[in-house]
Amino acid sequence: MAMTMTQKILAAHAELERVHAGQLIEARLDLVLGNDITTPPALTVFDQIGSNDVFDREKVVLVPDHFTPNKDIKSAEACAKIRRFARTYDLTHYYEQGEPGMGVEHVILPENGLVAPGDAIIGADSHTCTYGALGAFATGVGSTDLACAMATGQTWFRVPAAINFVLEGQLQPGVTGKDLILHLIGLIGVDGALYQSMEFTGPGVATLSMAERLTICNMAIEAGGKNGIFPVDGKTLAYIEMYAPDRFAKKQYAIFAADDDADYVRTIVVDLAKVPLTVSFPHLPENTRVVGSFDKIPIDQVVVGSCTNGRLEDMRVAAQYLKGRKVAKGLRLIILPGSQRVWRESLKEGLFEIFVDAGAVVSAPTCGPCLGGHMGVLAKGERCVSTTNRNFVGRMGHPQSEVYLAGVPVACASAVKGYIAGPADLD
Amino acid sequence: MKAKGKVFKYGANVDTDVIIPARYLNTADPLELAGHCMEDIDKTFVNRVKPGDMIVAGPNFGCGSSREHAPIAIKASGISCVIAPSFARIFYRNAINMGLAILESAEASAAVNDGDELEVDFDSGLIRNLTVRQTYQANPFPEFIKRIIAADGLVGYIRRK
Repeated sequence: MAMTMTQKILAAHAELERVHAGQLIEARLDLVLGNDITTPPALTVFDQIGSNDVFDREKVVLVPDHFTPNKDIKSAEACAKIRRFARTYDLTHYYEQGEPGMGVEHVILPENGLVAPGDAIIGADSHTCTYGALGAFATGVGSTDLACAMATGQTWFRVPAAINFVLEGQLQPGVTGKDLILHLIGLIGVDGALYQSMEFTGPGVATLSMAERLTICNMAIEAGGKNGIFPVDGKTLAYIEMYAPDRFAKKQYAIFAADDDADYVRTIVVDLAKVPLTVSFPHLPENTRVVGSFDKIPIDQVVVGSCTNGRLEDMRVAAQYLKGRKVAKGLRLIILPGSQRVWRESLKEGLFEIFVDAGAVVSAPTCGPCLGGHMGVLAKGERCVSTTNRNFVGRMGHPQSEVYLAGVPVACASAVKGYIAGPADLD
Repeated sequence: MKAKGKVFKYGANVDTDVIIPARYLNTADPLELAGHCMEDIDKTFVNRVKPGDMIVAGPNFGCGSSREHAPIAIKASGISCVIAPSFARIFYRNAINMGLAILESAEASAAVNDGDELEVDFDSGLIRNLTVRQTYQANPFPEFIKRIIAADGLVGYIRRK
């Protein structure tokens, strides 16, 4: 029986020749991830199930990135607990604020060479699906599943069916991978891919950068998807060669491709040239509107960054639109490079000077404002354009604040104009 | 195993940020989390909910983050069961792992009103609406899920094994 790309990776990790949608399997894991919100409850479970070691100290990754730099005493205590655990079990990939490899989890795992094609990864963070961009299977779980996987290196899955998104053509200049994924979520809805894989195929794939593919897979969960995944091509291999040189040299990766006659529950053909600049209105990512199709909506804050759009390419795009311009009077623009590496590169390339000249504040890498944690919480009635991934009620602060999701060009143009705008609105 | 209680009815796509806002995620203490459960869409929930009560909602319940704090908060607030046409997949998995009973029923979701009294039989999947004298059939749990819920979650289940 023919299999999708996701099914092939799962079959290989379950030591099975083939699997089919709906089948329950037990799979070996290549990497297990937790953050400062999900790890503390997992450590309690880890003790309760009587574990006395992790399955592999190189493969359990702990990244305290949400409420760090510690926002309050409780967060500091949570991080202290994680730090003690990491030291006790001598974890290779525990990251402390300021270390060269530190940053937002889904930005640093690929950058630190911890993800390669064909891997099976779970993380106690819903945006773990980001890594599908590299041709890996990756999905989010909760703290109990994290604890059991830290102990055993295994977990169970129900094999997902898949939607095939056939990408054709090329995005218009100024339109990004973020616009594409928002557009697709608008098309199929926030439960349009529930329990399913979102597999991206077709000639248009080659036109998308790795940063864009990471952004697209990052938001598969916002359509209810179990995972998003891209085929492995020259860009993927060049990325692995750069960020995971050891694994690349030793060929420690596996390229899986969907069978030509793989069974998809649905096939959606997307003409990339027709994807518009897209904004998701409150309070669901599926509430998409085309930039230019609505009246002026004044805004109070703009956030550029996060596991969705905090990569070096995003910083460069932001600089392109902010160079020589000023943030609108009374508006706050917060830019968060996604990792120490992105921070250092942005500094070296002179991007921070452009940001600061424009009137932006440049923050440490953190998830903070995306989930209303700290470093940019919204007051009652405030509106924010954000390059993050969720615009639920109260997501970035007060329950009566509003979040509009967009790509970096729209976010920066909006910061300059003071209302939701596109690059074409800039002088 | 049976449960009986009054219904709190909500709409579609009830997300994890409204079930338990991230500003309270600096703790994983069940009672502390329960004190803020649903507060961004229903400020009165925590004061009105009684042990055994149920949440009935629209499709895609629990969408959003992987926070296990969401089913923990619901369970610790006394809710015995959540009924919806569909659940977001991470929430579904977390709820079972936490021993929070969840049933998929589009029929019950459409017919049940806020404040109705329900009796749910987890063995048969039968949902009885005592207020309007209707019954709805949901898929019952398979045996091993029943045992996880009876053991108060996956940890208890593994320890019993």
